[in-house]
Amino acid sequence: MTGIESIRRVPTGISGFDQIALGGLPAGRCALVAGTTGSGKTLFAVEFLARGVQNFDAPGVFVAFEEPPADIRHNVASLGFPITEWEAAGKWTFVDASADIADEAPTIGTYDLGALVARIVHAVRRSGARRVALDSLGEVFSRFSDTGSVRHEMFRIVSALEPLGVTTVLTAERPEEYDGVSRFGVEEFVLDNVIILRNVLRHERRRRTVEIVKFRGAAHRTGEWLFTIGPQEGIVVMPLAFLRPRAQVSTDRVSLGNAVLDRMCGGGVFRDAIALLTGPTGTGKTLTSVFFAAAAVEAGERCLLYTFDETREQLGRTAAGWGIDLDAMEATGLLHVVSEFPEAASPEEHFLRIRRTIDEFAPARVIIDTLSALERIVTSRALLDFVIALGAVLRHGEITTLLTSAPTGRVTPTVTPAIAMEVASLTDVTILLRYAESQGEIQRGIAVLQSRGSDHDHSIRRFTIDSAGMHIGEPMRGPSDVLGSAYGPGGDLPSPVSPGGEGRQQQDRWGPPDPGQSSDD
Amino acid sequence: MVRDPVAYSFTLYVAGPTERSEAARANLRYLCETRVPGCYEIDVVDVTERPELAEEHRVLATPTVIRHTPPPERRVIGDLESQRSVRALGLPDQGGPPQKRQER
Repeated sequence: MTGIESIRRVPTGISGFDQIALGGLPAGRCALVAGTTGSGKTLFAVEFLARGVQNFDAPGVFVAFEEPPADIRHNVASLGFPITEWEAAGKWTFVDASADIADEAPTIGTYDLGALVARIVHAVRRSGARRVALDSLGEVFSRFSDTGSVRHEMFRIVSALEPLGVTTVLTAERPEEYDGVSRFGVEEFVLDNVIILRNVLRHERRRRTVEIVKFRGAAHRTGEWLFTIGPQEGIVVMPLAFLRPRAQVSTDRVSLGNAVLDRMCGGGVFRDAIALLTGPTGTGKTLTSVFFAAAAVEAGERCLLYTFDETREQLGRTAAGWGIDLDAMEATGLLHVVSEFPEAASPEEHFLRIRRTIDEFAPARVIIDTLSALERIVTSRALLDFVIALGAVLRHGEITTLLTSAPTGRVTPTVTPAIAMEVASLTDVTILLRYAESQGEIQRGIAVLQSRGSDHDHSIRRFTIDSAGMHIGEPMRGPSDVLGSAYGPGGDLPSPVSPGGEGRQQQDRWGPPDPGQSSDD
Repeated sequence: MVRDPVAYSFTLYVAGPTERSEAARANLRYLCETRVPGCYEIDVVDVTERPELAEEHRVLATPTVIRHTPPPERRVIGDLESQRSVRALGLPDQGGPPQKRQER
């Protein structure tokens, strides 16, 4: 086997999958896609062919064992692909091996799948196909009594296809999640490339993941990756497009809508920045969001404001309290406010909706208030994937973004929300809002924890909120003066320190920004 | 009994000149010779040469024999090495050497 680098890849075109596969499926090989019922195997096979025709002008052959071609045709069309035209043009060919009269036939003596192999080879040659999908094998192999013959027939199919130079996806059923690869337990020994799709019920939510179990001789990313299935998008592997390198970074600055905050961040944030604003309820997250939106409109830029916390009416009333007229801003066409209940959809569906809205509205700025509302419906890991995926879309569009998040308790500022700690490493600017106790009264403090690529103000500043918005004042000085002794002494970078030992661990992860971070990405 | 010369017509699909193909061909011919001598025809299709015929008749496995006449159409998959083939292909029981015991 030659070096890892030399294995040519065939991009599937499936959103995000090629990123985990580091380019795509190994060219000219067969890959097994195994999953339980409803895990998306057929969709994977369908998309592999359809995106091949559409994106790469690669004709495909679909071998239908389980669902008859009419059903598959319907699925392909529902994703918006012109399957009828493709069939007429010879770009898509069905080999119909679905259960029918052939199933009724009694079997006497030994046999093999020679006719099937011949039909597939014929279809590939006639159409000049470069991709083949077989869905799914269990249907046919359940007729074979022993694994020896299953293995032999698998080998036969694979060895007939590989000399043709086609890249093949075979799907197979798995009886249950996390136990063996496939129903017959033999496919993984026959095939060099194995992908598992999972569909697990966890915390009363469906969770779909894709894992590349092996790519013999080819590098790939390991572990389970969250994906979702959109009615129009098909399979979308969530966080991965994030890994796409950015061709260029912006040096253009954007105002956050507050002159002092802009100064604290080093003169506004970069146009392609993702800023995370974190603080407990009532510290001014929505306020900052609304002012950021107003600054966008004032600059003549389109702004999408997504709220998971309030209805559109509530938000309008809140903004009016600070003298901002959201209705008037929306009337200019520059602002688009979307209010959704977190529970109305899964995080993956929310992601797809946001992405669709971004595609349609083409905003220069996006605000999401708050991510924490999504925490109600999802594990933090899934939420992190959501943010990473979102980050990919936002960075790609060079959209200035403000995300907000809250710790769970109103007066427990020492506990930095778990999500914020993880998300902070993905964002460019991190701003902290806190309640602070000073001179016998509760005050609010604001600090910029990091601002990549910029010098930023290291002090914690006092601020007040009134009907004209946020007023940031002088740095807080003196001994620890934040409820629960959240901040370290002096004007140094605040670190969340809780009374227990766990706070110390958090501090390490959260810590002051690593000097290396300012120049990366 | 008077039989039409081609009362029984079969197509046997095989994949290449393999041992299994030969066995199927020999078994089918033997069955016909013993049961319906002189009034059958067997068309052998090698799917590696005529894949479009396999496609048209939706044949997956080889060997597969399809009985076209008399109707209804019948299919049997396998190399026909058992006497159960007689029943499966709808051939008459009489004629040929006595073989009553094999009906399992």
